[in-house]
Amino acid sequence: MLDKNGIAKRIAQEVKDGYYVNLGIGIPTLVANYIPDNINVVLQSENGLLGMGPFPLDGEEDADYINAGKQTITTLPGSAFFDSALSFGMIRARKVNLTILGAMEVSENGDIANWKIPGKMVKGMGGAMDLVASAESIIVAMQHVNKAGESKLLPACTLPLTGIRCVKKIVTELGVFDVLPKGGFKLVECAPGVTVEQIQQSTKGKLVV
Amino acid sequence: MINKVVASVDEAIKDIKSGMTLAVGGFGLCGIPENLIAALVRSDVKNLTCISNNAGVDDFGLGLLLQQRKIKKMIASYVGENAEFERQMLSGELEVELIPQGTLATRCMAAGYGMPVIYTPAGVGTEVAEGKETRRFTFHGVEKEYLMEHAFEVDFSLVKAWKGDTMGNLVFRATALNFNHVMAMAGKVTIAEVEELVEPGELDPNFIHTPGIYVSRVIQGAVYEKRIEQRTVRPATTA
Repeated sequence: MLDKNGIAKRIAQEVKDGYYVNLGIGIPTLVANYIPDNINVVLQSENGLLGMGPFPLDGEEDADYINAGKQTITTLPGSAFFDSALSFGMIRARKVNLTILGAMEVSENGDIANWKIPGKMVKGMGGAMDLVASAESIIVAMQHVNKAGESKLLPACTLPLTGIRCVKKIVTELGVFDVLPKGGFKLVECAPGVTVEQIQQSTKGKLVV
Repeated sequence: MINKVVASVDEAIKDIKSGMTLAVGGFGLCGIPENLIAALVRSDVKNLTCISNNAGVDDFGLGLLLQQRKIKKMIASYVGENAEFERQMLSGELEVELIPQGTLATRCMAAGYGMPVIYTPAGVGTEVAEGKETRRFTFHGVEKEYLMEHAFEVDFSLVKAWKGDTMGNLVFRATALNFNHVMAMAGKVTIAEVEELVEPGELDPNFIHTPGIYVSRVIQGAVYEKRIEQRTVRPATTA
């Protein structure tokens, strides 16, 4: 079974040399820590930065340098700033190669729900709807089941959708799954110590082993 | 030489009237027009519709206008960090329209580019698409559905730049650029506050973000708190 860092580390293996990558908040942010040193990747922050660097040292933080999670950040040699319309322009034009984000539910046809729970305070979708509607490749990083123990890999999402037929790959603490073009979660690999039976028990959507 | 400098922030906003629609620049608290917001807090306008990516925090940014019940409707993409916002929204005092961040930015851009509508795939198949006209287009070899979204009609845009000259040419700094440039372009009237006000010729024409033609008034901000929302640092020992 993988912990959050394990999920991030596994996803980092999907990042290829030369990629421009947008990382969502939560586990996706951790992926940056595991990108191998021998490949060159540029991180896009949708508030207007390509080439996001590490957090600043204590005392070097600057209010004008933040990421989409509003955290203070730094730039790297070759970084570029741009306005919000241009930022989503490059996303819609599919210049960003890979989007990694969290989810509350994913359906077997690749629908994703990650922004709203009816009856709870809704904070908003931020850039998630734009990202999932346009990204060429979307990997979801999430726990396999919710706090009530119910599968988050479903035949159909029950929560309000963020986007439709867009998720290509899911990495959970139990394993790695490809969303098949005709529907269904193809089990690509089991996490260390996890059995196919465990995954079958925790997956409500159609699982292809 | 055209001179767009106004004497005070209070004078800059004096013709903003109750019920008007404002676009307010910034992402979180980064790059917000602090001094113009403070002037609105002092004014007696109310029932404003505010277009802004976020709604500030309880005691800063647009949160200050919320405290004074000056905002009737908020159009934003993410409003997570504000308890007073939540209270007013749940009690029904505040109308809230949440729209995708790229749609928000591009509807501003469309206004500044003189285009009444844009088509975007963001929100197709979700509740954002409800009641909206859709069309299928083949673009870059892929056929998919797009939503038609309208350019914003903005009475006043309030933006904050790093440097500006007296003709209204603006330069922004780092990620404080965010929505400020497109919102500066979107306003029927655009008021820009700047950290540093300079004479024409002092800004390199090669590096102007927003040409002054889009800016109606410019003023040097008196003070900048530039509050950080999520101060995050790394330990000195790691690279």
